[in-house]
Parts: sequence; C-alpha cells; structure tokens
Amino acid sequence: MAALDTQLVEDPVSEAGKGYWSGVGARLIRDPVTMICLGVVLLLILSAIFAPYLGLADPYKGSMVKRLAPIGTEGNILGTDEQGRDMLARLIYGGRLTLFIGLTPVVLAFFIGGTLGIVAGYAGGWVNTVIMRTVDVFFAFPSVLLAIAISGALGAGIVNSLVSLTIVFIPPITRVAEAVTSGVRALEYIDAARASGANTLTVIRVHVIGNVLSPIFVYATSLTSVCMILAAGLSFLGIGVRPPEPEWGLMLNTLRSAIYVNPWLSALPGVMIFITSLCLNLLSDGVRSAMNVRD
Amino acid sequence: MTDTLVDIRNLNVRFNGARTVHAINDLTLTLRQGETMALLGESGSGKSVTLKTLLQLLPPKRSQIEGDIAVNGVDVLSLSGKKLQAYRGEEVSMVFQEPGLALDPVYTIGDQIAESVMRHKGIRKEDALSTALDMLRRVRIPSPERRLRNYPHELSGGMLQRVMIALALACRPKLLLADEPTTALDATVQIQILLLLRDLQREFGMGVIFVTHDIGVAVEVSERIAVMYAGQVVEEGTTREIIKDPRHPYTRGLLAANLHDAERGARLNAIPGAPPPLDTRPDGCSFAQRCPLAEPKCRASLPPVHHPDDRRRVACIHENAPVLAQ
Amino acid sequence: MSETKTLPDTTPDKGGPAQPLLIVRDLVKYFPVRGGILGGKKAVVQAVDGVSFEVRKGETLGIVGESGCGKSTTARLLIGLLEKDKGEIIYDGQALGSRLSLRDLRRGVQMVFQDSYASLNPRLTIEASIAFGARVQGLSDPVGRARKLMDRVGLAPERFAQRYPHEVSGGQRQRINIARALAMSPRLVVLDEAVSALDKSVEAQVLNLLSDLRREFGLTYIFISHDLNVVRYISDRILVMYLGEVVEIAPVDQIWTSQAHPYTRSLFSAMPSMDPDNRTKEPPLAGDPPNPINPPSGCRFHTRCRFAESVCKARVPALKPLTAGSEHLAACHLHDLGSGHSKAGKEMLP
Repeated sequence: MAALDTQLVEDPVSEAGKGYWSGVGARLIRDPVTMICLGVVLLLILSAIFAPYLGLADPYKGSMVKRLAPIGTEGNILGTDEQGRDMLARLIYGGRLTLFIGLTPVVLAFFIGGTLGIVAGYAGGWVNTVIMRTVDVFFAFPSVLLAIAISGALGAGIVNSLVSLTIVFIPPITRVAEAVTSGVRALEYIDAARASGANTLTVIRVHVIGNVLSPIFVYATSLTSVCMILAAGLSFLGIGVRPPEPEWGLMLNTLRSAIYVNPWLSALPGVMIFITSLCLNLLSDGVRSAMNVRD
Repeated sequence: MTDTLVDIRNLNVRFNGARTVHAINDLTLTLRQGETMALLGESGSGKSVTLKTLLQLLPPKRSQIEGDIAVNGVDVLSLSGKKLQAYRGEEVSMVFQEPGLALDPVYTIGDQIAESVMRHKGIRKEDALSTALDMLRRVRIPSPERRLRNYPHELSGGMLQRVMIALALACRPKLLLADEPTTALDATVQIQILLLLRDLQREFGMGVIFVTHDIGVAVEVSERIAVMYAGQVVEEGTTREIIKDPRHPYTRGLLAANLHDAERGARLNAIPGAPPPLDTRPDGCSFAQRCPLAEPKCRASLPPVHHPDDRRRVACIHENAPVLAQ
Repeated sequence: MSETKTLPDTTPDKGGPAQPLLIVRDLVKYFPVRGGILGGKKAVVQAVDGVSFEVRKGETLGIVGESGCGKSTTARLLIGLLEKDKGEIIYDGQALGSRLSLRDLRRGVQMVFQDSYASLNPRLTIEASIAFGARVQGLSDPVGRARKLMDRVGLAPERFAQRYPHEVSGGQRQRINIARALAMSPRLVVLDEAVSALDKSVEAQVLNLLSDLRREFGLTYIFISHDLNVVRYISDRILVMYLGEVVEIAPVDQIWTSQAHPYTRSLFSAMPSMDPDNRTKEPPLAGDPPNPINPPSGCRFHTRCRFAESVCKARVPALKPLTAGSEHLAACHLHDLGSGHSKAGKEMLP
C-alpha cells in the first residue's frame, strides 16, 4: 500500500525496448549512400576472394602481340597492360593484394593501438605518460614518410609492408582510444561499478570496452582508405609488392610509361584505388552517424 | 492598450525532427510595461521555448511557429535581418543560465559590453566603455575599473552572472528575459542575484519575464506568476494569489513538492507519474492522467479557462472547488 | 510485499546498536593542482580538511554546503572512490585499511549519484546494470535479486528489465540507480545530490520511495544536498560544511530553529522566502565563496563573517558542543568562552 504512489501511473516511453545494434542496423538501412558504398566494398571484396572462379584470363600470362590494347578490345574488355596481360583479370586479382595490404595493418593496429589506448586511458598517471609520450614520438613524422622509412629499412616485400603500415597506424588509434577511454573513465557509472567492488579487469571488460569500442572502430575504418593508398604508394615506389604480382599501386607505376599512348588504360588502377577509398570513407561516416544514439 | 508590453496570442510551437514535439500549445500571455512575471514550470513545460520564441532564437528549419507575438507593438514573428538584430538587444535582451557559456572567452568583459553598446547605439568606443563601466557599477561589481579588463574565466560564477546582466541591460531594453539565471549558482550567491535583479527592475523600469522551476525564486523576484504545464499556462495570477490561493491541482502539487512546510518524515503528497511526451497535440487536459481530481470529461475536451478575476485565470473544470484538506 | 527487516545477504551487525555505523575521524584529502610546462605542482586544493563525524545506525545524516565545500569529496572518500590522505574511516567498529578491506566496506556502503544518466552504462540493460554488483560480489541469483528490486522501486521488471537507460525518464533512471545500490544489500547508502536533478514533482516521488526503503530495510542514509528544504524533510541530523571543514552538526529541529554558526545562519537566510508579503530584503552574504585553493587562515569563514575579529583570523576554532553534553556542535569562537572573542558566550545578534 505504501508503495502505491511510488508506482508509476504512466510510462512516458511508448516504444518497446530494442537492442542497440538493431537500432544501428535500422538507421544504416535508411541511409542510401552508405548502403551503396557498402555494396561496392562488398563487391570488391567478394570478387577478390573468388577471382579464380570468375573465369578470368590468367593475370600473369602476357602476350607481346596484344600489348596495351585499348579499353573495349574483344577478349580483353578493359584492354591489356604493357606486357599484354588482361587488365580486368589483373585489376580483380590486384584487389586481393591491395585490399589485404590495405586492411590487415588497420586490423592489427586496431587491436594493438586499441589495447594500448584503453590501458593508458583507464590507468592514467605514469602509465599514461609513458605510453602517450612514446606514441607522440611517432607523430613527429608524417605518416607517408614514416611508412617509407620503415619499409625502406626493412626491405621490400609484402610482410615488411604490413609491418611498417601497422606501425604507422598504431599511434593515431592509440591516441583516439586513449581520449575516448579517459572520457568514459570520468563518467559516474565507472565509479558506481568500482564502488560495487568489481576489480579493474571486470570494470574494463563490462563497462569500458563496450563503450569505447565503437568510436575506436569507426575511427579505424576511416583509416583503411589511407592505409590502402599508402600501401599502393609503397608498391608504386618499389618498396612494397614486387612484380609480377598484380597490385594496384604497382600497376599504376608500371603503366606510367604508357600514359601518352593509352591514358585511359593507365588510369584504371588509380580509378580502382579512388573508388575503393571513397567508398570506405563514406561507409565509415555512415556507420559513425548510425552509431550515434543520443540525438 | 498602450501599457501592454508583451502580447502573446494563441502561440503554437511544434518541433519537427526524428520525433514531433508539440512544445507550446495555444499559449496566450500578456505582460504590462514594467511588470515582472515568473514562468514557473518543470522541464519540458515549454517555458524556455516561450522565451526563445520571443527572441526568434528557435532553429527555423526544425520549428513551426503559429500565432501572434507583439512586443511594444512590434510584430516579432515578422522581423528579420537588420530589424531583428536591432530588436534583439535594444528592445529585448536575455540572461542565460550558464553565463560562462554565454560570454565570449577571448574578449574582455569591458570589450564585450562596449561592443554591444556600439553596435546598437552607434557611439564611439570611449563612450561605450564608459557606459560599460557604469553598468558594472550598477550591477554592484567591486572595483569595476579593474574588472573591465578581466576575461570571463578570471571571474567567479556570481560575478559572471552580474556581468551577463550588465551586458543585457547596457542598451536599456524594455523587456528582459531571464532563463533560470540563478539555477547554477550557490544558495548564498543566488539570493544576491535575485535581489539585484529586483532592484535593477525597479531602477530601470523594464518588464521582466523570469523562467524558473523554483517557486521560492519566483516569489522573490516576481509580481505575477504563470504556471506552465505541457506547453500551456494552467494558472496565472499575482504571486500572492498563486502562493496563498492556488486553484489548479498542478499548482497545488508543485507547492506541496517544494517541501517548504512539509512535516518532517511524513509521506509527501507527490504528483504521480511524469509529464506527457507531447508527440501529439493535447485534446484534453494534459494534467488529467496525473490529477487526483480527474474525471472522464477532463480527458474528453480541453479544460475551460475561468477568470475569477480580471487578470487571474485557471484552466481547470474544478476552478471553484475549495482547497482540498490534505 | 515481504516484510523483511533487512535486505537479503546483508552483512551481520557487529558492534550492537550503540556502536555508530560509521565514524569518520580527521579525514583529509588534498588535490594537487598541476600547471606550467613541466606539469609540476602549483598549488593544493584543500578539498576535505580534518572532517570528523559519526553516523548512527538507522539515522539519516544530511550534509549541506555550497559548491567547493567538500561534501561530494567526502562522499567519495567514504566509499573508497578516492584515497584518503589522512584520517580514519571506521565502519561498524572496524577501521578501513586495518580490520576492514575496501571490498568489505563496499559491501556495507553504497552510493547513489546525482547524474542519473552518467551513472548508468548506456550499453547495459537495466536488469544487467542492477545485477552487476551482486554478480561481482558473488551474491546468489543476481538477476532474480535485480528483478525483485526493480519491482520494489516501482519499475515493473517485465516491462523495464530489457530496456536501456536512454529509453526511460530521469525519475525512472534514478529509481534504477537506487535499485542498483540496494542490490549489494548495503547498510549505509550515500546519496550524493540524488534528487537534485529531478523535477520537483518527481523528486517528491523519489523521496517517498527513499523513506519507504529506509523503514523497510532498516537502512542508514547519508543525504548530501544543497536544498535545505529537502535535507530538513529527510534527515535526523544535519552537518554543515564550509571550504572543506565541518562548521556545525545538530539535530534538525535544533538547527532549524537556531543556527549557532554565522555561516549556517547565512545559508538558512539565503533560502528564498515563500511568503510574497515578506520577501528577503537583503542578501545575508556578499560575494562568492572563496577558492578552496589557499583558503583563509584561522576560521575559514572569517573573510565573510560579520562577527569576525582578530582571533578568528589567527586561530582555527574547534568543533565543540554548545553546552556540555549537547548534541549541537559548532566550530565558532563566538561559542567558546575562552576564545578571546569579545562577543564570546553572548547571545548572537540576529
């Protein structure tokens, strides 16, 4: 009886409780630009994965006769490169390496930088100082220069490119993770969780990670396009992938000499890089706004 | 009627966004020259929206405004461009809840007040600065000459609110709008600001609309009180009438919730529930679902507005019911 | 409704009813203010400086004071969210750090915060938020416990359990926070401005709920607020703080009728009048409270006090009973016959 008037007469919230992610999904589906970009990115990834089954020409087999065939040539719908290899096949096979080198460093840096940033942001004090000042050292160099320097020191090759690009992307992700985490750390629900007697690992696992992961993730996706361009850049400079592997950056380099002969053809790898990075950027913007609950 | 300063007639404000909100529903309100009125209500009652509408501060794309607002005979809703700029500041100005956010951190106090005076009155900088100094004196800031050259972050919260008031009154507006100006302040500072506003009102003779959720604050500053609920005025009268003879069940509930004379530890007569979400326009009494006196007809149609007195009104079918013995 | 005397799994009483539930002795907390290029210590905020008080079993102690007086810092020290620099916290006869671990203290003492939104994890359902503490403490059936408490604080579990904090109103969120604190079965709940952000009509509902819960589960409250009306309504005794120090402690009825410390008197006179025929004529104090960095010497209130004399600037007044054995304590030279203040012991002028 005493509890009668503490019972709520009317519940002002009419919508039924829905999960957070289903809300994000619903908002994403309503955003046409993001959905188109998602489609393009998925198409690129799927075609790269299933390239051997698409009935394409051999991307390594050249022909001295058919060199630099223009776009629209019969049998080579996108023409051929300076060694007479089919451009369509090389672009699609090239997507495998390019996307692999473009995405892997970001994924690795996401885990390493995210962990460093969360630790620095939650612990604060001298731990924070040590991690963040170390990270600051890397900010003294422009990312392109840093990637070239590390790659150059390690030597050409796919693994070395991956290592150097991962190192390049750890500092910015750490910095974002640290900023987001120290923001969340100051909120009272962390205090409430600590006051309940939970240990630090439990507090981080239950209350911190869920709230910092999505902003860090969104930031990381925005880096994939940069990473892809850098990877292509390394190959272009000859310190990434080595010929004859098809890779967009490398293809751009080798077709450079054909720019006066067949300009459209030599621009194709660039077009692929452009489309992919644009779609990745727009996609990460779309995901960011869909994840924003409080509006 | 030449002595009417503010005349709001059948004002409706609707926000369109992810969710439609009927913030103000058929609001009618008048204020005479030199009068101080408190708009009393809880969050979401539409009191701040009313103030913002008076200054045309609502985002035009997302808000839909209907009705008439006249301030000193000027049709406010038709103003734009230069005329609107002149109206804001010269005719009407506003004091905000967070003076720290309303003042520009990169200019000195003196420059900010002087800039406003120069813009509106078209006078030289030296004259404007002396006006600024005079204003700081009037809001009783100690050693005003020194304070003129201070930046906002160098002042305490109470001093900043005094500066904000000086800035608002520098062009001698006929109407001052105050949006919870003391809510963020400490108790001993709040009372200083309230009494300062009361004195300045007497000195300058401007009309004041004071938005607050605190009945005690309303009693200290205002002659009249309009109680707002769900975007409507549910009761209006002099401060004395509202405090001593509240008629609307919501006003009575608010007075009881102030705990001013609640018996220690006794059960409070709390108003149950929460305010309605206002995603549709109310077609009955908005308070009916929380009201202890509600009847079916309260929900069926909008409540009649009774005028027991010339300038007193109550929007409730129970207007004549005696005060409940509780 | 089950008529339990305590919440399930409450830690058993140790010291008996006469033993205060909480004793705080000479609690000190300073915060360094860092500045300059090298981030060296520039100054110290004396947030809490020598605070002592007791909380009896089953009572509600109200703590009032203005921003910067140290009331929230005190609350955080009590529950171990901040580490004390000096002093003792003794819970039911056991001193924190020697016989009592922080983890055990937190089984007995819980806190409700002011900001109902920031104090709930936006990614956890309401049920998960309430059950979290019970789960980490290893209490039995955390979910069942959470649902029972939701029901008790007026949130039907079948409708609210799976919702998220942003989907409910401020009053409902504060009910969730109360349930979350109670899920640990504490004996002492620290309510730090717990109703201040709520609308008046909702505030009254939550105050009713708090009174009911206290009676039902035999809880003890420390109720921190800047609203004197609310503190008077809910408290048995009131403690007044100014710039990190306790200036007065007294039973509510005594302090309401006669305030011993000039600051308390000013604070009470600063309350807006509720009588339109008898409005406040003059503010009781001028200016803002001083900065707790480098607070004034002697009695910290002397810079704003009407009765200040040289002794007030020179010596710190001790917190003493007004008369021997009185429950009314004040830290003011006016009430200390041997202080050397010219008006000491005389009736304080209104």
